[in-house]
Amino acid sequence: MKPLLKAEGLEVSFGGVKAADGVNLTIHEGEFVAIIGPNGSGKTTFLNLCTGYLRPSSGTVWLEDRKITAMAPRLIARKGIARAFQIPQLFTDHTVIENVMLALAAHRNIWEALTPLNRPAYVEEAMELLELLGLEEHAKTIAGTLPEGLRKLADVTVAMALRPRLLLLDEPTSGVSALERFPLMDTLMKAMRAQNITALFVEHDMEIVEKYADRVVVWDSGQVMAEGRPDTVMKDPRVLKSVVGAL
Amino acid sequence: MTRFHIILATGLVAMVLAPLVFPSIQFVLTIAMAKGFAALGVALLLRAGLISLGHAMFFAAGAYGAAFLATRLGVTDILLILLLSTVLATVVGLIVGMFLVRYRAIFFAMLNLAVSMVAYSLVSKFYGITGGTDGIGVPVPTVFGAVLDKAAFDNLLYYLALVLVVVVGVFVHRYLHSPLGHALSAVHTNEVRLEYLGVSAWSALLVGYGISAALAGLGGAIAATSIGHVLPEYAFWTESGHFVLTAVLGGIAGIAGPLLGSIFLEVVHTAAVGYFAEAWNMIVGITLLVVIFFLPRGLFGLVEKLSGIKDHQGEPKL
Repeated sequence: MKPLLKAEGLEVSFGGVKAADGVNLTIHEGEFVAIIGPNGSGKTTFLNLCTGYLRPSSGTVWLEDRKITAMAPRLIARKGIARAFQIPQLFTDHTVIENVMLALAAHRNIWEALTPLNRPAYVEEAMELLELLGLEEHAKTIAGTLPEGLRKLADVTVAMALRPRLLLLDEPTSGVSALERFPLMDTLMKAMRAQNITALFVEHDMEIVEKYADRVVVWDSGQVMAEGRPDTVMKDPRVLKSVVGAL
Repeated sequence: MTRFHIILATGLVAMVLAPLVFPSIQFVLTIAMAKGFAALGVALLLRAGLISLGHAMFFAAGAYGAAFLATRLGVTDILLILLLSTVLATVVGLIVGMFLVRYRAIFFAMLNLAVSMVAYSLVSKFYGITGGTDGIGVPVPTVFGAVLDKAAFDNLLYYLALVLVVVVGVFVHRYLHSPLGHALSAVHTNEVRLEYLGVSAWSALLVGYGISAALAGLGGAIAATSIGHVLPEYAFWTESGHFVLTAVLGGIAGIAGPLLGSIFLEVVHTAAVGYFAEAWNMIVGITLLVVIFFLPRGLFGLVEKLSGIKDHQGEPKL
């Protein structure tokens, strides 16, 4: 498989604590990779480094053959990396469909000051995406009034409207009830496969990781401790001791 | 046609007829429209969660632009004066905005105030260029080459301003419903998400700031040609505060709000000064308290009530 995202020797620390300590990781096209690890091990920091929210003190991030290490988040987003957040980041005063249409416009051409956002082409495309994620009934709901699980889905829909090549998901099932997490993940997987999106997701829920990830990367103290197929990695004594036990 | 459109059309017809029925109100309404444009500019930025306490500088830029064009550069046609003055205010707005739209909250408000007071000082002190505190007299402009007397010009300017209210209203409405307009209000609700969509919040704000400066400049040019004189006080901070008050009083939920607020304030102010010269400040103050107490959504809230608009979700919040 062709490498899509490649991190080489990433290092960053906060007040002496190393959140990334020489991280090397490659995500291949079409993969669905999970990152697991205890709280504070640097999982979200890695997403922040890949999306330009943080700059590493050393190391490089490549998107295919393009170096994206020092780019601003908006430039990286335009290169094809989209992100859904642990706490959904929506335009809470806008409706769900307006959130998605604004993302579509951002992807196509935001510099339109006199043509309406709710033009038929955007409405149709946004509705297709919302249907894919089962949100069509909530299209005209104000995003800030949605329950947590639906807000998570709406956040992912907005990210998917950017037509990304790589989607970064930060704990997609956190804050979602035990009964809702599998249906939510089923919906997400179906949508991402339909759009041919490669994904990297941070997750605490081991059942979710085992069921949905092609590959799992185990994080500990800012380093990649182990990686491989979920069934293999979960049997690694080091992982069982230091990570699974800590989750 | 909805009830809202009928109310809007009735308001416009009332504005058309007002000077014919009450000739003395024409000047007051012309100034109200001029200041209403500036208040609309301030209201645009309020949608992005930014309060400008310095928009009088763009009002003054438009006014002084009109004065310079008419007295120094030989531009006498009213349409050209309004157009070029608006362009000048837009350019000034874009230059100032390039630095100021990086800031948020109180920093944005205070930096706008600071820059406008620098502009006020410069206009006051450069006597040789600006006439200092004496200001500059603005001759009556021509209309397509025709020279009109002051009364005829004032009539024409009133209806020209009214046409501009409609044209600018349509333009601002389209802008606010466009991707760029939605991006402006998105800065207020979630700037992080906007950046992660690949949109520069700085650029979206700069466009909004430029348009708001243009609106203030247009208002300033109308005021200058109507009054026939420009003064440094046009750029003073109290004028900026007046625009913010007008925008909030009128309500920012609709484009007509700031204009309604401006007309209301000017009429109340003129009536209070005319009939209760000793107590006009108190009357204006009490009137404002009554409006704020009973119409928390501003005067536009009254229009909404009459129109039967009840769904206020998803609207810009202060």
